Amino acid sequence: MNINMTIIGQAIWFALFVFFCMKFVWPPISRALEERKQKIAEGLSAADRAERDLELAQEKATANLKEAKEKAAEIIDQANRRANQIVDEAKEAARTEGERLVAKAQSEIDQEVNQAREQLRKEVAALALSGAEKVLGGEVNQDAHKQMLEQLAAEL
Amino acid sequence: MAGSSPGEYIKHHLGNLTYGELPAGYVRECHGHAETLSETTWTFACNGTEAKDMGFMAFHVDSLAWSGGLGIIMCLLFWLGARKATAGVPTGFMNFIETIIEFIDTQVRDSFHGKSKLVAPLSLVIFCWVFLMNLMDLIPVDFIPQTFTWIMTTFFGWTAHEAYFKIVPSTDPNITLSMSFSVMLLVIFFTIKAKGVGGFIGTLALHPFEASNPVVKCLLIPVNLLLETIGLLAKPVSLGLRLFGNMYAGEFVFILLAAMMGTWQFIGAWPWAVFHILVITLQAFIFMVLTIVYLSMAVEDH
Repeated sequence: MNINMTIIGQAIWFALFVFFCMKFVWPPISRALEERKQKIAEGLSAADRAERDLELAQEKATANLKEAKEKAAEIIDQANRRANQIVDEAKEAARTEGERLVAKAQSEIDQEVNQAREQLRKEVAALALSGAEKVLGGEVNQDAHKQMLEQLAAEL
Repeated sequence: MAGSSPGEYIKHHLGNLTYGELPAGYVRECHGHAETLSETTWTFACNGTEAKDMGFMAFHVDSLAWSGGLGIIMCLLFWLGARKATAGVPTGFMNFIETIIEFIDTQVRDSFHGKSKLVAPLSLVIFCWVFLMNLMDLIPVDFIPQTFTWIMTTFFGWTAHEAYFKIVPSTDPNITLSMSFSVMLLVIFFTIKAKGVGGFIGTLALHPFEASNPVVKCLLIPVNLLLETIGLLAKPVSLGLRLFGNMYAGEFVFILLAAMMGTWQFIGAWPWAVFHILVITLQAFIFMVLTIVYLSMAVEDH
């Protein structure tokens, strides 16, 4: 247990190691730890921000959905109304068309009837004339009695 | 320990491998024959008397080699850690390094309130290095010294009892006192840096007895100087001797057990080693904390 120059040797070792750690060990490691601390803090605040963003986005999405639903309901309503209207219009058109067709048919029928009646009348006049001729022995002057015959035919 | 008494065995285990200067005309008895030195010689001491006669001009080669080697291992480990240090996710080895660094950092931040780039790495070196030096205590006492003795006797022609070898540097007061006095020099340096040379002398001369009367003040200066100088020196002496004493006592128990029980030493040595794990960590921690406290006292005003 002699005190000797070992003391100086050890002091040199000590100084060397402290110097080494001060230059090459402590600064990079503590810098890395500091950076990591910062990174974690940033990460946490980013997570907070993201959470808030998510909440906002969800609110917005809900609002959008609601609006879309309303709009869809409105559109369906409108479409229904329009459909009803179209059906009504179609019914109306069909009815008018039908009436028109009926009227047309009626007028055609009337016309036919008139024609037939005219023809009948003529045939009756001719028949009556020929009958009268036969009765009177051909003494009827067609020109002289024409007016009378026509009058007769009109009365039929 | 073959063929030697327990007393000799213990004595042998407490001696350091000493390389030093022997004066001309010194009569030494080495390698079994007497010899008178014709001129001043640097050589290995072959017994305790020679080591003592070398005086101050001697080195404890074993202490210096082990402390230096352990220090280099420590620096390399931390250097590897420093090279791999990133802000990303740390892996196993980095976790270990960072745990130590953060532990030291917390201690320094808690106790030292000044700004210094030196204190934290200094504390790191003290804690880890002293811990590693103390850790050598847990290696069975004869394991490495016997290997050394075998190498020296087989290849270099030494006799077995000349081959002193202590592997626990912190059981050498030179080592511990060297570190504690280095700390004291730093304390003085920090004081002068923080308060100036006048401030440093003031802390020595004007405390603990203060007076507003200038005459009384001057009368008190010698008393204050005496007390404060003792106080200043007591810090490193107690710091160094505390570590030395604890480690020496622990080592001594191991040596006693080995001397008494031989091969069966592990029956006693194993529980003592388990207990000693606590002691070596605690002593390294105390040395570091006291260093931080002394340095923070140096920069703070009271």
